[in-house]
Amino acid sequence: MEQIYPKPPLDEESAPFWEGAKEHKLMIQECNDCDNAIFYPRTICPHCFSDHVTWTEASGKGHIHSYTVVHKARPPFKQDTPFVVAIIDLEEGARMLSRIVGDREDVSIGKPVSVVYKKVDEDLTLPCFQVEE
Amino acid sequence: MNSLNGKVAIVGAADTEVGVVPHMGATQLCVDAALRALDDAGINKEQVDGLITCNSMAEPYMYHAEAIAEYMQIFPRYCLGVGTGGGTTFSVLHHAASAIATGVCDTVLITMADSLHSGLSKEQAMAMQASTGHQQFEIPYGPTVPAFYALAGQAHMAEYGTTPEQFAAIAVACRKHANLNPAAQKREIITVEDVLNSRMIADPLHLLDCSLISDGGSAVVLTSAERAADFKSPPVYLLGVGEGHSHEHISQARNLTTSAAAESGQRAYDMAGVGPSDIDVAQIYDCFTPTVLIELEDLGFCEKGEGGAFVENGNVELGGSLPVNTHGGLLSHCHPGNPGSMFALTEAVAQLRHQAGGRQVKDANISLVHGQGGILSSHTTLILGRDKH
Ligand SMILES: [Zn+2]
Repeated sequence: MEQIYPKPPLDEESAPFWEGAKEHKLMIQECNDCDNAIFYPRTICPHCFSDHVTWTEASGKGHIHSYTVVHKARPPFKQDTPFVVAIIDLEEGARMLSRIVGDREDVSIGKPVSVVYKKVDEDLTLPCFQVEE
Repeated sequence: MNSLNGKVAIVGAADTEVGVVPHMGATQLCVDAALRALDDAGINKEQVDGLITCNSMAEPYMYHAEAIAEYMQIFPRYCLGVGTGGGTTFSVLHHAASAIATGVCDTVLITMADSLHSGLSKEQAMAMQASTGHQQFEIPYGPTVPAFYALAGQAHMAEYGTTPEQFAAIAVACRKHANLNPAAQKREIITVEDVLNSRMIADPLHLLDCSLISDGGSAVVLTSAERAADFKSPPVYLLGVGEGHSHEHISQARNLTTSAAAESGQRAYDMAGVGPSDIDVAQIYDCFTPTVLIELEDLGFCEKGEGGAFVENGNVELGGSLPVNTHGGLLSHCHPGNPGSMFALTEAVAQLRHQAGGRQVKDANISLVHGQGGILSSHTTLILGRDKH
Protein backbone atom coordinates (compact mmCIF):
# COMPACT_ATOMS: atom_id res chain seq x y z
CA MET A 1 0.00 0.00 0.00
CA GLU A 2 1.32 3.44 -0.88
CA GLN A 3 2.13 5.54 2.17
CA ILE A 4 1.02 9.15 2.00
CA TYR A 5 3.12 11.60 4.01
CA PRO A 6 1.14 14.27 5.87
CA LYS A 7 1.21 17.62 4.07
CA PRO A 8 1.64 20.81 6.04
CA PRO A 9 -1.56 22.82 5.74
CA LEU A 10 -0.54 25.81 3.64
CA ASP A 11 -1.55 29.34 4.54
CA GLU A 12 -0.56 32.83 3.48
CA GLU A 13 1.41 33.45 6.64
CA SER A 14 3.89 30.68 5.86
CA ALA A 15 3.64 30.36 2.05
CA PRO A 16 7.03 32.04 1.41
CA PHE A 17 8.74 29.36 3.54
CA TRP A 18 7.28 26.46 1.57
CA GLU A 19 7.62 28.19 -1.80
CA GLY A 20 11.24 28.96 -0.93
CA ALA A 21 11.93 25.35 0.00
CA LYS A 22 10.79 24.24 -3.46
CA GLU A 23 13.44 26.60 -4.90
CA HIS A 24 16.03 25.37 -2.39
CA LYS A 25 15.96 28.56 -0.37
CA LEU A 26 15.57 28.52 3.43
CA MET A 27 13.27 31.46 4.08
CA ILE A 28 12.81 32.89 7.59
CA GLN A 29 11.46 36.17 8.90
CA GLU A 30 13.20 39.01 10.65
CA CYS A 31 11.81 41.97 12.55
CA ASN A 32 12.70 45.37 11.12
CA ASP A 33 12.19 47.03 14.50
CA CYS A 34 13.99 44.77 17.00
CA ASP A 35 16.18 42.83 14.51
CA ASN A 36 15.24 39.43 15.95
CA ALA A 37 15.01 36.43 13.64
CA ILE A 38 11.56 34.80 13.74
CA PHE A 39 10.60 31.18 13.19
CA TYR A 40 7.96 29.75 12.72
CA PRO A 41 6.40 32.41 10.47
CA ARG A 42 4.14 34.95 12.10
CA THR A 43 2.17 38.06 11.10
CA ILE A 44 3.74 39.96 13.98
CA CYS A 45 7.09 39.85 15.72
CA PRO A 46 6.53 37.86 18.95
CA HIS A 47 9.29 39.82 20.69
CA CYS A 48 8.06 43.40 20.19
CA PHE A 49 4.69 42.92 18.43
CA SER A 50 5.86 44.97 15.46
CA ASP A 51 4.17 44.12 12.19
CA HIS A 52 7.26 45.19 10.26
CA VAL A 53 8.40 41.65 9.62
CA THR A 54 10.09 40.77 6.35
CA TRP A 55 11.22 37.57 4.70
CA THR A 56 14.88 36.88 4.21
CA GLU A 57 16.90 33.97 2.91
CA ALA A 58 18.83 32.31 5.71
CA SER A 59 22.38 31.06 5.15
CA GLY A 60 21.21 27.51 5.79
CA LYS A 61 23.97 27.04 8.33
CA GLY A 62 23.53 26.31 12.02
CA HIS A 63 24.21 23.71 14.66
CA ILE A 64 22.44 20.84 16.38
CA HIS A 65 20.62 22.01 19.52
CA SER A 66 19.30 18.51 20.26
CA TYR A 67 18.41 15.36 18.36
CA THR A 68 16.97 11.88 18.74
CA VAL A 69 17.03 8.77 16.61
CA VAL A 70 13.45 7.63 16.07
CA HIS A 71 13.32 3.83 16.05
CA LYS A 72 9.59 3.35 16.34
CA ALA A 73 7.03 5.33 14.35
CA ARG A 74 3.62 4.80 12.84
CA PRO A 75 3.05 4.69 9.09
CA PRO A 76 3.95 6.47 6.90
CA PHE A 77 7.08 7.39 8.85
CA LYS A 78 7.64 3.77 9.92
CA GLN A 79 9.27 3.07 6.56
CA ASP A 80 11.88 5.78 7.28
CA THR A 81 13.03 4.33 10.64
CA PRO A 82 15.56 4.75 12.04
CA PHE A 83 15.71 8.48 11.28
CA VAL A 84 17.12 11.50 13.08
CA VAL A 85 14.80 14.28 14.25
CA ALA A 86 16.64 17.35 15.48
CA ILE A 87 16.19 20.89 16.69
CA ILE A 88 18.47 23.16 14.71
CA ASP A 89 19.75 26.56 15.81
CA LEU A 90 20.22 28.61 12.64
CA GLU A 91 23.11 31.07 12.70
CA GLU A 92 20.60 33.92 12.23
CA GLY A 93 19.18 33.07 15.70
CA ALA A 94 16.00 31.20 14.75
CA ARG A 95 15.35 27.62 15.89
CA MET A 96 13.50 24.93 13.93
CA LEU A 97 12.64 21.25 14.06
CA SER A 98 13.94 19.22 11.16
CA ARG A 99 15.63 15.99 10.18
CA ILE A 100 19.31 15.21 9.81
CA VAL A 101 20.17 13.07 6.82
CA GLY A 102 23.39 11.13 6.33
CA ASP A 103 25.42 8.92 8.65
CA ARG A 104 23.82 8.74 12.10
CA GLU A 105 27.25 8.11 13.66
CA ASP A 106 28.23 11.70 12.79
CA VAL A 107 25.34 13.27 14.66
CA SER A 108 25.90 14.88 18.06
CA ILE A 109 24.72 17.97 19.89
CA GLY A 110 26.61 21.13 18.98
CA LYS A 111 27.85 19.92 15.58
CA PRO A 112 27.61 22.36 12.65
CA VAL A 113 25.04 21.51 9.99
CA SER A 114 23.90 22.90 6.67
CA VAL A 115 20.57 22.71 4.89
CA VAL A 116 19.72 20.12 2.25
CA TYR A 117 16.40 19.67 0.53
CA LYS A 118 14.27 16.55 0.49
CA LYS A 119 11.67 16.56 -2.28
CA VAL A 120 8.60 14.64 -1.08
CA ASP A 121 6.57 15.31 -4.23
CA GLU A 122 5.81 18.14 -6.67
CA ASP A 123 3.99 20.12 -3.98
CA LEU A 124 6.29 19.63 -1.00
CA THR A 125 10.01 19.98 -0.41
CA LEU A 126 11.26 19.69 3.19
CA PRO A 127 14.36 21.56 4.33
CA CYS A 128 16.53 19.03 6.18
CA PHE A 129 20.11 19.25 7.42
CA GLN A 130 23.37 17.36 7.14
CA VAL A 131 26.40 17.42 9.37
CA GLU A 132 29.15 19.57 7.87
CA GLU A 133 32.43 17.93 6.92
CA MET B 1 -1.58 38.39 49.03
CA ASN B 2 -4.76 36.47 48.36
CA SER B 3 -3.92 32.87 49.03
CA LEU B 4 -5.74 29.56 48.82
CA ASN B 5 -3.52 28.10 51.55
CA GLY B 6 -5.67 26.06 53.93
CA LYS B 7 -8.99 27.23 52.48
CA VAL B 8 -9.95 24.11 50.56
CA ALA B 9 -9.78 20.39 51.28
CA ILE B 10 -10.03 17.16 49.33
CA VAL B 11 -12.72 15.17 51.12
CA GLY B 12 -13.21 12.33 48.66
CA ALA B 13 -10.80 10.46 46.40
CA ALA B 14 -11.08 7.18 44.53
CA ASP B 15 -9.95 5.29 41.43
CA THR B 16 -11.77 2.81 39.25
CA GLU B 17 -10.25 -0.49 38.26
CA VAL B 18 -7.33 0.45 36.00
CA GLY B 19 -5.10 -1.15 33.38
CA VAL B 20 -6.94 -3.22 30.82
CA VAL B 21 -10.66 -2.76 31.49
CA PRO B 22 -12.47 -3.79 28.31
CA HIS B 23 -15.80 -4.35 30.05
CA MET B 24 -16.28 -0.62 30.71
CA GLY B 25 -16.36 2.31 28.30
CA ALA B 26 -14.80 5.69 28.98
CA THR B 27 -18.10 7.28 30.04
CA GLN B 28 -18.87 4.38 32.38
CA LEU B 29 -15.40 4.67 33.91
CA CYS B 30 -15.89 8.41 34.41
CA VAL B 31 -19.20 7.85 36.19
CA ASP B 32 -17.81 4.91 38.17
CA ALA B 33 -14.93 7.09 39.41
CA ALA B 34 -17.42 9.79 40.41
CA LEU B 35 -19.61 7.37 42.36
CA ARG B 36 -16.61 5.96 44.20
CA ALA B 37 -15.35 9.44 45.16
CA LEU B 38 -18.80 10.51 46.36
CA ASP B 39 -19.00 7.33 48.41
CA ASP B 40 -15.55 8.01 49.86
CA ALA B 41 -16.71 11.52 50.77
CA GLY B 42 -19.95 10.13 52.19
CA ILE B 43 -22.17 12.54 50.27
CA ASN B 44 -24.97 12.25 47.75
CA LYS B 45 -25.18 13.91 44.36
CA GLU B 46 -27.44 16.71 45.63
CA GLN B 47 -24.47 18.06 47.57
CA VAL B 48 -22.40 18.46 44.39
CA ASP B 49 -22.83 21.93 42.90
CA GLY B 50 -19.66 21.96 40.79
CA LEU B 51 -18.53 19.40 38.22
CA ILE B 52 -15.26 19.23 36.25
CA THR B 53 -14.27 16.54 33.75
CA CYS B 54 -11.73 16.15 30.97
CA ASN B 55 -12.71 15.04 27.52
CA SER B 56 -12.20 11.43 26.47
CA MET B 57 -10.39 10.32 23.31
CA ALA B 58 -12.43 7.12 23.10
CA GLU B 59 -15.85 8.63 23.82
CA PRO B 60 -15.55 12.37 23.18
CA TYR B 61 -18.40 14.81 23.73
CA MET B 62 -18.47 18.42 22.63
CA TYR B 63 -19.69 19.29 26.13
CA HIS B 64 -18.10 16.51 28.15
CA ALA B 65 -18.84 17.74 31.68
CA GLU B 66 -22.45 18.41 30.70
CA ALA B 67 -22.66 14.88 29.27
CA ILE B 68 -21.46 13.38 32.55
CA ALA B 69 -23.80 15.65 34.52
CA GLU B 70 -26.67 14.52 32.30
CA TYR B 71 -25.75 10.82 32.69
CA MET B 72 -25.71 11.23 36.50
CA GLN B 73 -28.61 13.73 36.55
CA ILE B 74 -26.53 16.31 38.38
CA PHE B 75 -27.43 19.96 37.80
CA PRO B 76 -24.33 21.97 38.77
CA ARG B 77 -23.99 25.72 38.97
CA TYR B 78 -20.30 25.42 38.04
CA CYS B 79 -19.47 23.08 35.15
CA LEU B 80 -16.26 22.75 33.16
CA GLY B 81 -14.98 20.17 30.69
CA VAL B 82 -11.33 20.53 29.76
CA GLY B 83 -9.73 19.21 26.59
CA THR B 84 -6.39 18.10 27.95
CA GLY B 85 -4.80 16.33 30.91
CA GLY B 86 -1.31 16.45 32.37
CA GLY B 87 -0.80 19.76 34.11
CA THR B 88 -4.35 20.79 33.20
CA THR B 89 -5.69 18.21 35.64
CA PHE B 90 -4.18 20.17 38.49
CA SER B 91 -4.90 23.57 36.97
CA VAL B 92 -8.60 22.63 37.15
CA LEU B 93 -8.05 21.90 40.83
CA HIS B 94 -6.67 25.45 40.98
CA HIS B 95 -9.86 26.70 39.30
CA ALA B 96 -12.11 24.61 41.54
CA ALA B 97 -10.34 25.75 44.70
CA SER B 98 -10.64 29.37 43.56
CA ALA B 99 -14.33 28.88 42.85
CA ILE B 100 -14.89 27.42 46.32
CA ALA B 101 -12.81 30.08 48.07
CA THR B 102 -14.73 32.87 46.33
CA GLY B 103 -18.14 31.33 47.02
CA VAL B 104 -18.98 30.50 43.41
CA CYS B 105 -19.85 26.99 44.56
CA ASP B 106 -19.50 24.78 47.63
CA THR B 107 -18.53 21.27 46.64
CA VAL B 108 -16.83 20.32 43.38
CA LEU B 109 -16.58 16.84 41.91
CA ILE B 110 -13.63 16.38 39.53
CA THR B 111 -13.92 13.11 37.61
CA MET B 112 -11.77 11.99 34.70
CA ALA B 113 -11.50 8.73 32.75
CA ASP B 114 -10.59 7.29 29.39
CA SER B 115 -10.07 3.93 27.78
CA LEU B 116 -6.99 4.34 25.61
CA HIS B 117 -6.10 0.65 25.81
CA SER B 118 -9.45 -0.90 24.98
CA GLY B 119 -11.66 1.87 23.67
CA LEU B 120 -9.88 3.51 20.73
CA SER B 121 -10.65 2.66 17.13
CA LYS B 122 -7.63 2.45 14.81
CA GLU B 123 -8.67 5.77 13.29
CA GLN B 124 -8.90 7.42 16.72
CA ALA B 125 -5.44 6.10 17.65
CA MET B 126 -3.98 7.49 14.43
CA ALA B 127 -5.72 10.82 14.92
CA MET B 128 -4.42 11.07 18.49
CA GLN B 129 -0.85 10.49 17.34
CA ALA B 130 -1.17 13.00 14.50
CA SER B 131 -2.56 15.68 16.83
CA THR B 132 0.73 16.08 18.70
CA GLY B 133 3.16 18.50 17.14
CA HIS B 134 2.95 21.61 15.00
CA GLN B 135 0.92 20.80 11.89
CA GLN B 136 3.23 22.71 9.57
CA PHE B 137 6.63 22.82 11.18
CA GLU B 138 6.94 19.58 13.16
CA ILE B 139 4.58 16.85 11.95
CA PRO B 140 5.89 16.68 8.33
CA TYR B 141 9.24 15.50 9.74
CA GLY B 142 7.66 12.49 11.47
CA PRO B 143 8.47 13.08 15.15
CA THR B 144 6.67 10.90 17.70
CA VAL B 145 5.62 11.84 21.23
CA PRO B 146 8.54 9.84 22.72
CA ALA B 147 10.85 11.61 20.23
CA PHE B 148 9.75 15.02 21.47
CA TYR B 149 10.63 14.06 25.05
CA ALA B 150 13.80 12.33 23.87
CA LEU B 151 15.01 15.71 22.56
CA ALA B 152 14.90 16.99 26.14
CA GLY B 153 16.55 13.82 27.45
CA GLN B 154 19.41 14.04 24.93
CA ALA B 155 19.95 17.71 25.73
CA HIS B 156 20.16 16.89 29.44
CA MET B 157 22.69 14.14 28.77
CA ALA B 158 24.85 16.45 26.64
CA GLU B 159 24.65 19.37 29.04
CA TYR B 160 25.03 17.57 32.38
CA GLY B 161 26.41 14.11 31.64
CA THR B 162 23.20 12.35 32.67
CA THR B 163 23.19 8.66 31.70
CA PRO B 164 20.59 6.19 30.39
CA GLU B 165 21.19 4.21 33.61
CA GLN B 166 20.03 7.22 35.62
CA PHE B 167 16.86 7.61 33.56
CA ALA B 168 16.28 3.88 34.01
CA ALA B 169 16.54 4.19 37.80
CA ILE B 170 13.29 6.18 37.72
CA ALA B 171 11.45 3.38 35.88
CA VAL B 172 12.87 0.87 38.36
CA ALA B 173 11.63 2.92 41.33
CA CYS B 174 8.12 3.27 39.89
CA ARG B 175 7.94 -0.46 39.20
CA LYS B 176 9.13 -1.28 42.72
CA HIS B 177 6.28 0.83 44.08
CA ALA B 178 3.76 -0.69 41.67
CA ASN B 179 4.84 -4.10 42.94
CA LEU B 180 3.44 -3.02 46.33
CA ASN B 181 0.21 -1.71 44.77
CA PRO B 182 -2.37 -4.42 43.99
CA ALA B 183 -4.19 -2.00 41.64
CA ALA B 184 -1.20 -1.35 39.36
CA GLN B 185 -1.17 -2.48 35.74
CA LYS B 186 2.49 -3.61 35.67
CA ARG B 187 3.82 -5.15 38.87
CA GLU B 188 6.75 -7.45 38.08
CA ILE B 189 10.04 -6.06 39.41
CA ILE B 190 12.48 -4.71 36.79
CA THR B 191 16.16 -3.76 36.94
CA VAL B 192 18.20 -1.02 35.29
CA GLU B 193 19.52 -3.71 32.91
CA ASP B 194 15.95 -4.68 31.98
CA VAL B 195 15.23 -1.07 31.04
CA LEU B 196 18.42 -0.73 29.00
CA ASN B 197 17.78 -4.04 27.28
CA SER B 198 14.22 -3.15 26.31
CA ARG B 199 13.58 -2.03 22.75
CA MET B 200 14.88 1.42 21.76
CA ILE B 201 11.97 3.74 20.94
CA ALA B 202 13.70 7.11 20.46
CA ASP B 203 17.26 7.62 21.82
CA PRO B 204 17.71 7.66 24.81
CA LEU B 205 14.22 6.29 25.56
CA HIS B 206 13.79 2.54 25.75
CA LEU B 207 10.38 0.91 25.91
CA LEU B 208 10.56 0.75 29.72
CA ASP B 209 11.38 4.49 29.89
CA CYS B 210 7.91 5.10 28.41
CA SER B 211 4.60 5.17 30.27
CA LEU B 212 1.76 2.70 29.80
CA ILE B 213 -1.39 2.84 27.68
CA SER B 214 -4.35 2.11 29.92
CA ASP B 215 -8.02 2.28 30.73
CA GLY B 216 -9.18 3.84 33.96
CA GLY B 217 -10.73 6.71 35.84
CA SER B 218 -10.23 8.66 39.00
CA ALA B 219 -12.13 11.33 40.90
CA VAL B 220 -11.85 13.70 43.83
CA VAL B 221 -14.31 15.83 45.82
CA LEU B 222 -13.27 19.31 46.91
CA THR B 223 -14.96 21.56 49.45
CA SER B 224 -14.09 24.41 51.80
CA ALA B 225 -11.87 23.69 54.79
CA GLU B 226 -14.72 24.73 57.13
CA ARG B 227 -17.16 22.25 55.62
CA ALA B 228 -14.50 19.52 55.40
CA ALA B 229 -15.04 18.42 58.99
CA ASP B 230 -18.59 17.29 58.14
CA PHE B 231 -17.44 14.67 55.66
CA LYS B 232 -16.87 10.98 56.28
CA SER B 233 -13.20 10.75 55.33
CA PRO B 234 -10.30 12.70 56.86
CA PRO B 235 -9.67 15.88 54.85
CA VAL B 236 -6.45 16.59 52.98
CA TYR B 237 -5.80 20.30 52.72
CA LEU B 238 -4.61 22.28 49.73
CA LEU B 239 -1.66 24.29 51.02
CA GLY B 240 -0.26 25.62 47.77
CA VAL B 241 -0.84 25.61 44.04
CA GLY B 242 1.14 27.24 41.24
CA GLU B 243 1.22 27.12 37.47
CA GLY B 244 3.84 27.76 34.79
CA HIS B 245 3.28 27.74 31.04
CA SER B 246 6.12 28.17 28.56
CA HIS B 247 5.18 26.93 25.09
CA GLU B 248 3.07 24.47 23.15
CA HIS B 249 5.63 22.99 20.73
CA ILE B 250 8.95 21.65 21.98
CA SER B 251 10.83 23.30 19.10
CA GLN B 252 9.64 26.63 20.56
CA ALA B 253 10.70 25.86 24.15
CA ARG B 254 12.78 28.51 25.88
CA ASN B 255 15.04 25.78 27.20
CA LEU B 256 14.98 21.99 26.76
CA THR B 257 16.47 21.16 30.14
CA THR B 258 14.70 23.68 32.40
CA SER B 259 10.91 23.65 32.33
CA ALA B 260 8.19 25.93 33.64
CA ALA B 261 7.98 23.53 36.59
CA ALA B 262 10.55 25.90 38.12
CA GLU B 263 7.88 28.62 38.09
CA SER B 264 4.89 26.46 39.05
CA GLY B 265 6.87 24.93 41.91
CA GLN B 266 8.08 28.24 43.31
CA ARG B 267 4.56 29.67 43.17
CA ALA B 268 3.19 26.64 45.02
CA TYR B 269 5.96 26.72 47.65
CA ASP B 270 5.40 30.45 48.18
CA MET B 271 1.67 29.96 48.75
CA ALA B 272 2.20 27.00 51.08
CA GLY B 273 5.07 28.61 52.96
CA VAL B 274 7.16 25.46 52.65
CA GLY B 275 10.16 24.37 50.59
CA PRO B 276 11.42 21.20 48.95
CA SER B 277 12.97 19.90 52.20
CA ASP B 278 9.50 19.89 53.82
CA ILE B 279 8.08 17.42 51.29
CA ASP B 280 7.66 13.87 52.64
CA VAL B 281 6.45 12.21 49.44
CA ALA B 282 6.20 13.46 45.84
CA GLN B 283 4.13 12.41 42.86
CA ILE B 284 5.91 13.66 39.75
CA TYR B 285 4.46 13.40 36.23
CA ASP B 286 6.28 10.52 34.57
CA CYS B 287 5.14 10.12 30.96
CA PHE B 288 8.81 9.38 30.21
CA THR B 289 11.71 9.00 32.63
CA PRO B 290 13.58 12.23 31.64
CA THR B 291 10.43 14.21 32.49
CA VAL B 292 10.76 13.15 36.14
CA LEU B 293 14.45 13.97 36.31
CA ILE B 294 14.01 17.47 34.85
CA GLU B 295 11.00 18.18 37.08
CA LEU B 296 12.81 17.03 40.24
CA GLU B 297 15.52 19.60 39.48
CA ASP B 298 13.08 22.35 38.54
CA LEU B 299 11.06 21.73 41.72
CA GLY B 300 14.21 22.26 43.78
CA PHE B 301 14.77 18.75 45.13
CA CYS B 302 18.33 18.98 43.79
CA GLU B 303 20.43 21.45 41.84
CA LYS B 304 19.98 21.78 38.07
CA GLY B 305 22.08 19.12 36.42
CA GLU B 306 22.23 16.88 39.49
CA GLY B 307 19.01 15.00 38.83
CA GLY B 308 20.88 11.98 37.54
CA ALA B 309 22.77 11.50 40.80
CA PHE B 310 19.61 12.30 42.81
CA VAL B 311 17.56 9.44 41.35
CA GLU B 312 20.30 6.80 41.73
CA ASN B 313 20.80 4.31 44.53
CA GLY B 314 17.14 4.07 45.50
CA ASN B 315 16.89 7.68 46.60
CA VAL B 316 13.45 8.15 44.98
CA GLU B 317 12.21 4.74 46.16
CA LEU B 318 10.33 4.05 49.37
CA GLY B 319 12.95 4.31 52.10
CA GLY B 320 14.96 6.87 50.10
CA SER B 321 15.19 10.58 50.89
CA LEU B 322 12.22 11.41 48.60
CA PRO B 323 9.84 8.58 47.66
CA VAL B 324 8.43 9.44 44.22
CA ASN B 325 5.33 8.00 42.54
CA THR B 326 4.49 5.60 45.34
CA HIS B 327 1.52 4.15 43.39
CA GLY B 328 3.77 3.25 40.45
CA GLY B 329 3.11 6.33 38.35
CA LEU B 330 2.22 6.54 34.69
CA LEU B 331 5.19 4.23 34.07
CA SER B 332 3.77 1.29 36.03
CA HIS B 333 0.40 2.03 37.68
CA CYS B 334 -1.58 3.23 34.65
CA HIS B 335 -1.79 5.96 32.02
CA PRO B 336 -5.19 6.42 30.39
CA GLY B 337 -4.13 9.71 28.75
CA ASN B 338 -5.81 12.92 29.90
CA PRO B 339 -6.87 11.49 33.32
CA GLY B 340 -3.33 10.25 34.09
CA SER B 341 -2.42 12.91 36.65
CA MET B 342 -5.50 12.13 38.75
CA PHE B 343 -4.02 8.89 40.07
CA ALA B 344 -1.05 10.81 41.45
CA LEU B 345 -3.52 13.03 43.28
CA THR B 346 -5.55 10.18 44.78
CA GLU B 347 -2.26 8.50 45.78
CA ALA B 348 -1.16 11.68 47.56
CA VAL B 349 -4.50 11.69 49.42
CA ALA B 350 -4.01 8.03 50.41
CA GLN B 351 -0.48 8.78 51.65
CA LEU B 352 -1.60 11.79 53.68
CA ARG B 353 -4.50 9.83 55.18
CA HIS B 354 -1.96 7.13 56.09
CA GLN B 355 -4.06 4.62 54.15
CA ALA B 356 -1.51 3.55 51.54
CA GLY B 357 -0.95 0.09 53.01
CA GLY B 358 2.34 -1.61 52.13
CA ARG B 359 3.59 1.46 50.24
CA GLN B 360 2.83 3.97 53.02
CA VAL B 361 5.51 6.62 53.62
CA LYS B 362 5.85 6.70 57.40
CA ASP B 363 4.41 9.83 59.00
CA ALA B 364 3.73 11.47 55.62
CA ASN B 365 2.55 14.97 56.42
CA ILE B 366 3.13 17.04 53.28
CA SER B 367 3.03 15.82 49.69
CA LEU B 368 3.91 17.58 46.45
CA VAL B 369 2.09 16.57 43.28
CA HIS B 370 3.27 17.85 39.91
CA GLY B 371 1.55 17.52 36.56
CA GLN B 372 2.79 18.61 33.16
CA GLY B 373 1.28 18.34 29.74
CA GLY B 374 1.96 19.01 26.09
CA ILE B 375 5.69 18.48 25.64
CA LEU B 376 7.01 19.91 28.93
CA SER B 377 4.64 22.79 28.10
CA SER B 378 2.03 23.32 30.79
CA HIS B 379 2.84 22.76 34.46
CA THR B 380 0.88 22.81 37.70
CA THR B 381 2.26 21.99 41.14
CA LEU B 382 0.10 21.17 44.16
CA ILE B 383 1.22 21.01 47.77
CA LEU B 384 -1.13 19.05 50.00
CA GLY B 385 -1.08 18.64 53.76
CA ARG B 386 -2.52 16.36 56.39
CA ASP B 387 -2.96 19.47 58.51
CA LYS B 388 -3.75 23.09 57.86
CA HIS B 389 -0.73 25.25 58.64
ZN1 LIG C 1 10.45 42.77 16.89
